[in-house]
Amino acid sequence: MRRNAVAVVGAAETTELGVIPNMSQLQLHADAALNAIADAGLKLSDIDGIATAVETPQQIAHYLGITPTWVDGTSVGGCSFMLHVRHAAAAIEAGLCKTVLITHAESGKSMIGKLPRSIPADSLQGQFEAPFGVYGPPSMFPIPVLRYMKTHGITHEQIASVAVVQREWAAKNPRATMKAPISVEDVLNSKMIAYPFRILQCCLVTDGGGALILTSADRAKDFPNKPVYILGTGESVETPMVSQMKTFDSSRAFTVAGPTAFREAGIAHKDVDHLMIYDAFAHLPLYGLGDLGFMPHEETGKFIADGNTRAGGKLPMNTNGGGLSYMHSGMYGMYALQESVRQMRGIAPAQVPGAKISVCHGVGGMFAASGTVIFTNEK
Amino acid sequence: MAEPARARPKPTPETQHFWDGTQTGELRLQRCDECANVYFPPRPFCPSCASRKVSIFKASGKATLYSYVINHRPAAPGFTPPYAIAVVELEEGPRMMSNIIDCPQTPEALELDMKLEVAFEKLDDKITLPQFRPAKG
Repeated sequence: MRRNAVAVVGAAETTELGVIPNMSQLQLHADAALNAIADAGLKLSDIDGIATAVETPQQIAHYLGITPTWVDGTSVGGCSFMLHVRHAAAAIEAGLCKTVLITHAESGKSMIGKLPRSIPADSLQGQFEAPFGVYGPPSMFPIPVLRYMKTHGITHEQIASVAVVQREWAAKNPRATMKAPISVEDVLNSKMIAYPFRILQCCLVTDGGGALILTSADRAKDFPNKPVYILGTGESVETPMVSQMKTFDSSRAFTVAGPTAFREAGIAHKDVDHLMIYDAFAHLPLYGLGDLGFMPHEETGKFIADGNTRAGGKLPMNTNGGGLSYMHSGMYGMYALQESVRQMRGIAPAQVPGAKISVCHGVGGMFAASGTVIFTNEK
Repeated sequence: MAEPARARPKPTPETQHFWDGTQTGELRLQRCDECANVYFPPRPFCPSCASRKVSIFKASGKATLYSYVINHRPAAPGFTPPYAIAVVELEEGPRMMSNIIDCPQTPEALELDMKLEVAFEKLDDKITLPQFRPAKG
């Protein structure tokens, strides 16, 4: 795809984040969409492309009163929105639509109007995983981590430091759910969820949403906010069964999506000013740093524990506080994208001074899918 | 009131041979007749070379512990926490999710790469699950 041909011209989260008992999941989508449309200075009738996950594009189009000429219902978990950005950029370039609205929302905490998720007993997961006691992401997502630690020589303290650094970032974000400082000892003494992970190494469960508006770079300069260009993108999937990953030392979906985006962007790792790696659980930033090629996996734990991803560090990462401390409604990818856009606009609460390139990497399911978007504010 | 039951697998035409096998005390895998790839979960073609010429065979039941969690909360229906959810690597190559029985459910007792052997746990007249326990000797 052509670099910088498409830009984000509207971006917003729901008016509230956290616990929102007065809105259904569908209304959270609309709340985010209306905020993004206002941010872009557009009318609903200007939107001719719609992408969303879990909820269907027809549901969102109907509820908002939009008549699209292009839709994308790709729903591969929390990174679906990274894939939507990629697909929307291609569609705009191909002339299938002009202005795309991507929405996410989830009533993850209040569970109002939330669609049921169930594993059929005759699916492969229902036959070959569910009978062995997996029960929700906390019991599944950490299954690879002990092998990763053994292979790469990563310590429990290093993985605990992921949560500590992200809490530091969250403290700088007024909208973050958890802001009180924590130490490595606090993390390692917190309530056990699924050994080796404790509650402070697991994502939050909250309500909220977000929306993005994309259009061609040629039109982007006429919008009220600084355009944020799409420099490169990548995507892949591996397997819905965590037990069937090719290896636990790495994520195959990450190693396809991440490097594809870097090649497309034509940048080197040293060019990256700001990084978001979807942290549903504390090991994901380690997998991401290694699989995206920032460093060998053996160095990822030490890199974070040594403070390199903190404010003022070499590679500021998860600057909103991440899924561990900012918010996590169930499909966090949209919030990572929102933070990358804020950083590229120069308006993030914990702004990285002078940041020009932001890499935003998402995961879907339990390493089942992956999407990477590289943004820049320079054309 | 009865305890909530453990999730029970429901076989499909492609997986029936696996679940028939566990009932008779066999752990069954499939091997490609063309490229010799051994694979799991079951399907009537080779996921490596796409050949439909595949054979079912009885695996040795020997495995090693690849990785695991010890789940504390929330516990799945029919399970008493803490319990380990493991991924074992079979001697023939494929990996599968299972539980480790006859072993304390602790990080000290559950050592990565420890040798395991298959055991069979009958849930009801239709379903027997493959489980693994520390290998003897």
